[in-house]
Amino acid sequence: MRKRSFFGLSKPCFKYELATDTSARPVAIPTPGQVTLYIKTPYKQASNLLKVGTPVKTGQRLVLREDDDVCAISSATGTICAIGPFLADFGKAWTAVTIKTEGKDDVDPEFSAFAAEPSLETLERFLSAGPGEPDFSPLMDAGRPVNTIVIYGGNADLLINTSLYVLKNNIEIINAGIEVLRKATGVQEIVIAVPKESVQNYSGHLDARIQPFSSQYPYAQPLMILHDLTGRLPDESGPSSMGIHFLRAEAVAAIGQAFNSGLLPIEKTVTVIDKQGAKHLARARIGTPVGDLLKKFDIPINDQDKIVFGGPMTGNAIYSEDLPVGPDTDAVMVQDKSEIPLYSDYPCINCGDCVRVCPANVPVNLLVRFLEAGQYSEGADLYDLYSCIECGLCSYVCVSRIPIFQYIKLAKYELGRILSAEEMNEQ
Amino acid sequence: MNSKKTLIVSHAPFWHDGSGIPERSYNTIIAALPAAFAGIAFYGAPALGVICMAMSTAIFWELLLNRAMRRPITVGDGNAALVGLLLAMLLPASTPWWVVLIGTFLAIVIGMQIFGGIGANPFNPVVLAIAILSLSYNHYLDFDSGLVNFALPFSSSMAPLATLKAFGPEAVANLNLMDLFMGKQVGALGSTSGLALTIGGIYLMLRGFIRWEISLSFIAGIYLTAMLFNMADPIRFAPPMLHLLTGYTLIAAFFLATESSSSPVNFLPMLLYGALGGIMTVLIRNIGAYVDGVIFAILLINLTNPLIDKIRPKAIGKVA
Repeated sequence: MRKRSFFGLSKPCFKYELATDTSARPVAIPTPGQVTLYIKTPYKQASNLLKVGTPVKTGQRLVLREDDDVCAISSATGTICAIGPFLADFGKAWTAVTIKTEGKDDVDPEFSAFAAEPSLETLERFLSAGPGEPDFSPLMDAGRPVNTIVIYGGNADLLINTSLYVLKNNIEIINAGIEVLRKATGVQEIVIAVPKESVQNYSGHLDARIQPFSSQYPYAQPLMILHDLTGRLPDESGPSSMGIHFLRAEAVAAIGQAFNSGLLPIEKTVTVIDKQGAKHLARARIGTPVGDLLKKFDIPINDQDKIVFGGPMTGNAIYSEDLPVGPDTDAVMVQDKSEIPLYSDYPCINCGDCVRVCPANVPVNLLVRFLEAGQYSEGADLYDLYSCIECGLCSYVCVSRIPIFQYIKLAKYELGRILSAEEMNEQ
Repeated sequence: MNSKKTLIVSHAPFWHDGSGIPERSYNTIIAALPAAFAGIAFYGAPALGVICMAMSTAIFWELLLNRAMRRPITVGDGNAALVGLLLAMLLPASTPWWVVLIGTFLAIVIGMQIFGGIGANPFNPVVLAIAILSLSYNHYLDFDSGLVNFALPFSSSMAPLATLKAFGPEAVANLNLMDLFMGKQVGALGSTSGLALTIGGIYLMLRGFIRWEISLSFIAGIYLTAMLFNMADPIRFAPPMLHLLTGYTLIAAFFLATESSSSPVNFLPMLLYGALGGIMTVLIRNIGAYVDGVIFAILLINLTNPLIDKIRPKAIGKVA
């Protein structure tokens, strides 16, 4: 909970973190006793490749069936001690693989054979589950060619340091990653988005065009940067339909590191935000339980506290400290139970605070009435659902405490599902 | 995967600025209280009686309707109390208890609950109730006849707008504007003290509980329209300051026209909405049949709200 200013006419003003404090090195988290990895495909019975007792090596590609594209990269050496279905956000069905680790690392040699010659297939095969979780499938879709790759150096939420830290401290590796990307994808136009305060740190050092953005929230949200670059926002078919593809700086660093060393990177940089709002940087193996990170920084967790993957405005709350750090987990935030704001089912009273705070001019007061009633396509057609850049400020200021942001995300998700079902029918 | 600790799970954002409907209602009540106290000071115990009756019956009606419709009990959010207080402030101190009871019934039940409660009312419930009352029980809402037996601490014993309507600007030319602003005029118990209302209004605007655009454009609309009339024919039409400081003008500018659910939220529509209310008020006062045009002017602009609120800035990223 934050307090509203006494003068209610002033808008909330938040600033993103700028990685000014370079001396703080990330704290290394020791290899945990167990790592849990997600293979983002539904678990079906009887996988011959992965079952309890199967030994795995560090950097080994874990797939359920031989010809599967969707994989996880093992972040430790050990044996599988559990495998089963996992229900992720929005009811997505994944497979969770838990590995009991051994003390030492035994590196799987498969990738080093591919590392000499970068290709899109290699990237897709080995790095799509790596740190930063880059999605290569739009780059491989010949029907919708991508002509610009945006390397996102900002942090998509408040209080997070991860992305800028990685960008600032890995310039050479990122340059190597950019070169690999150019070679593998054939895309020449590569843009790096960084805060305008730190443009001088990067321009000339990186082999790409620098796109500055404001450090005032929410002007560095990925969708806002997309709008700055093109003047448009994507509809339900996603940003890659506009010929632009986003990769996190950490993903590019991982690509560079993998092809430089022949070893797949298995560690993720995470900002840990404690109950007082203080930030700690950590480096942990992907799959490390969140509880291990919190213990390292002596952050106590009590009943009815809240743990969030991501930042305070756009993150996702999780239900257990045993859940693992994923390849896309930039931050872990902990909230004390006394700080948790509650939402309500009060109706909108039309106060207009959301309309005035919205950076995208969405008529939120009207949109939310349609979304509450489940009329998603009306919301999209008449009230600018797809102009929303997903910053969460409308929920932050809502007097009725309506979970507006959740309604918007749900509506976009449902409309996306309808679209993909229609595309399936056409084929 | 079985942790002993239970964590709270919810959706983003995980911060909130702490605003809420109760806070909003109670702050508006606080802002309205100085004017209500001024009414009690002028009219004594009967005024206090009307205020108490209105607030308690408004809460009672909402509770009854919540129960009858098996909806969550919402009286705790302070909105019913606010509606009751504002309704009382628009009534003369002499109003009989049963008129107050009917008034709060009209405001809470007809004005709000049958549309779905807070946030769903197309009209300002207080204004709707006063409109029905003043058409149905004209006699009880006549300030002059109601207050005829009150010993008032000021010289003018006639409601200025009624006098203006009946006898023209000359009959009210002797009124001192400062006296009017300090509340020394015959009128509704909570709407005469311009000073107290303005203090309350400024408080609400600074805290952001009302939209300043609506209040200021309403006042500007009244002032400019009255000024044009006055310039055209000073014999028939009163000067603008008189219109500003008499009748329901100031309470409407700060408490009635600004009611959230029946007013627009975009910048230009708010200006249009307020100005239109001001213009209509003066039109009704000067060339209409009613003594005070504020009530019908606000009902009229409430009607225009959904239409003019369609004037809005283009959302970003739209191709067309």
